[in-house]
Amino acid sequence: MTSDTPSNTELRSCSPVVPVSGWGRFPVSEAHLCAGERLEQVARHTVLSRGLGRAYGDAALPATPGEALTSTLFADRLLSFDPESGILRAEAGCPLWRIIEVFLPRGWFPPVTPGTKFVTLGGMVAADVHGKMHHSQGTFGRHVVSILLQVADGRVIECSPEHEAELFDATLGGMGLTGHILEVAFRMHKVPSPWIVEQTETFADIPSLLAALRDAGEKWPFTVAWADLLNPPPHFGRSALMKGRWAEPHEAPSHPPKPKRTVRVPALFPSWFLQTWMVRYFNRLYLYRARRNQKPRIVHPESFFYPLDALLDWNRLYGPRGFTQYQCVLPAEDGFERHIRFVHRLRELAAPVFLAVIKDCGAEGRGLLSFPRPGISYALDMPMMARTQAIVDALNEFVIAAGGRVYLAKDALTRPEHFRLMEPRLQRFLAVRDRWDPQHRLHSALAARLFGDRR
Amino acid sequence: MRIALLGATRGMGRAVARELARRGHSLFLLGRNESELERSAKDLEIHGAPSPVRHFRCDLSEPSSFAPALEAAIEALHRLDAVVVTAGIFASQDDLENDSALTAKLLDTNFTQTILFCEAARKCLLAGGGGTLCVFSSVAGERGRKPVVLYGATKAGLTRYLEGLDHRFYHQGLRVVTVKPGFVRTSMTIGLKPPPFAADPHDVARTVVRAIERARPVVYVPPIWALVMAVIRWLPRWVMRKVNF
Repeated sequence: MTSDTPSNTELRSCSPVVPVSGWGRFPVSEAHLCAGERLEQVARHTVLSRGLGRAYGDAALPATPGEALTSTLFADRLLSFDPESGILRAEAGCPLWRIIEVFLPRGWFPPVTPGTKFVTLGGMVAADVHGKMHHSQGTFGRHVVSILLQVADGRVIECSPEHEAELFDATLGGMGLTGHILEVAFRMHKVPSPWIVEQTETFADIPSLLAALRDAGEKWPFTVAWADLLNPPPHFGRSALMKGRWAEPHEAPSHPPKPKRTVRVPALFPSWFLQTWMVRYFNRLYLYRARRNQKPRIVHPESFFYPLDALLDWNRLYGPRGFTQYQCVLPAEDGFERHIRFVHRLRELAAPVFLAVIKDCGAEGRGLLSFPRPGISYALDMPMMARTQAIVDALNEFVIAAGGRVYLAKDALTRPEHFRLMEPRLQRFLAVRDRWDPQHRLHSALAARLFGDRR
Repeated sequence: MRIALLGATRGMGRAVARELARRGHSLFLLGRNESELERSAKDLEIHGAPSPVRHFRCDLSEPSSFAPALEAAIEALHRLDAVVVTAGIFASQDDLENDSALTAKLLDTNFTQTILFCEAARKCLLAGGGGTLCVFSSVAGERGRKPVVLYGATKAGLTRYLEGLDHRFYHQGLRVVTVKPGFVRTSMTIGLKPPPFAADPHDVARTVVRAIERARPVVYVPPIWALVMAVIRWLPRWVMRKVNF
């Protein structure tokens, strides 16, 4: 026995082989999950860290079924908070909802949040998440002060914009492939009140929406649009733009908002359950309500930032076949002409877009594989079907021609040759990865699919 | 309340400590690993426990460490209103059957050492005029069952001890809270398939903290297990032999 052999207690905290998948429930693989309160010990024997499993595709799946993954969920402590600088340091498994629960009543909020609070800090770094505030705040990585990383050979390295900057840059958006993220320190934002002022505006077509989205970004720190890309004209392209900002103390209730009630979707939905006609009716109802509700109002930050979180396990609505979210960003420097063509392309392909979220993106972050770049991002939920791969291929060809790229945290279907064409920074990322992990001890199904790792 | 906790760096203990911190109770941590205690103390301060949260080394396998640790808690908090014990180990029946050293360790930790610690805590609490002793047992101790023969036996013994303790010292001011969790999703149970009614640690914590504050003698978490165990306790032996739960 070497000193490296895990003790009995550690062995017992690894599960037998269990099925694992991303949030899209496609693809499904199998892995041992190893967990413990001391991440540094647990991570030593695994090929990848996995948090709450909110990456949609294969980013947190093993390259070969049956490999051991670290579950970071029990390493969730808040380690220090400095109210002067707002710097919070916490263990990588700490979920965003815990940070909000503890800090929102005290007047602090994370500077950047994705569309769900069920993500871990480690995951937020690994995907370099962005949100409704990308045009004003950039990605999460912009606010990260330092990261404690266990690299492939077991060493624990602290990296930051000043120290081991290259490793730091590769870790932001690096999908966990540079090392196991153990701790993250980032700057929180002071908020004037724990409430949000929201205003909704509706549009009849995509061109007017895009113009309004661009204008709104100058005045509002949070913007996001929701479009109906499923109903045929005249409904096609009808959309709602949600704008938000933190309420000032005099505008808002003095008490902090209570946690939202949630409903869990049961596991019994079959794949045929969610039908196109149902989603069409839902979309029309949603827009009808948005049209009647255009006055500014004070809302709960959770209903503004995380509308879907009210429905726990909503991915089950798609049934066992699962779904994919195709998210891409397209440059908008020279106007919206190619965006209009992109939306038309979706119609030509008859893509079954059950949910379309459109966001304004600001400056590119420093993460080597960070997703956003200046332009407009489209996140499109589509059920998995025989022709989904063909649709994704066609969309990717469009995105490459337009100079855009796709989001790895959502992706399950992009081909390696397509990814190479849309990601000129890939070679730099791979070079950093090779330097720290020449044998590719840390790997994932995504790395095997896109970077051509040996399986 | 001023509360000392043994086992608060991990699993359900961590969740209970956080819930106590959220409600502003003063905490003192006992445990084996200094750096883990340090990190958990910080976490609890940020969650709202009065700062600083102090800690002291206390190892369940070293009964000589119990009294000094509890005295350190009394000194730091000035008095002790409650002691919470969540420490304990779990191993699957298959592992235990093939490893007598592991079996000995499990029996020793979950029964002998835990009871020795409770005795030390009982003395401290009674010396201060009374208080609450909250100990995590398990529903596994309610009935002999195939998947938890040995683990269940330690918890059955612990439960009976706590019941007797309650009867013996109630009128002197000792309040014993026996917590009987069903399946809880912690790192200890990650190897096991969650049965129906599996709970998350923070759900458990809310129930347990209410029970500590009100000194309820027996708490099942989640509460549905009270009903489930009532049924299981009355199942005839021939049924228990047949089924595999």
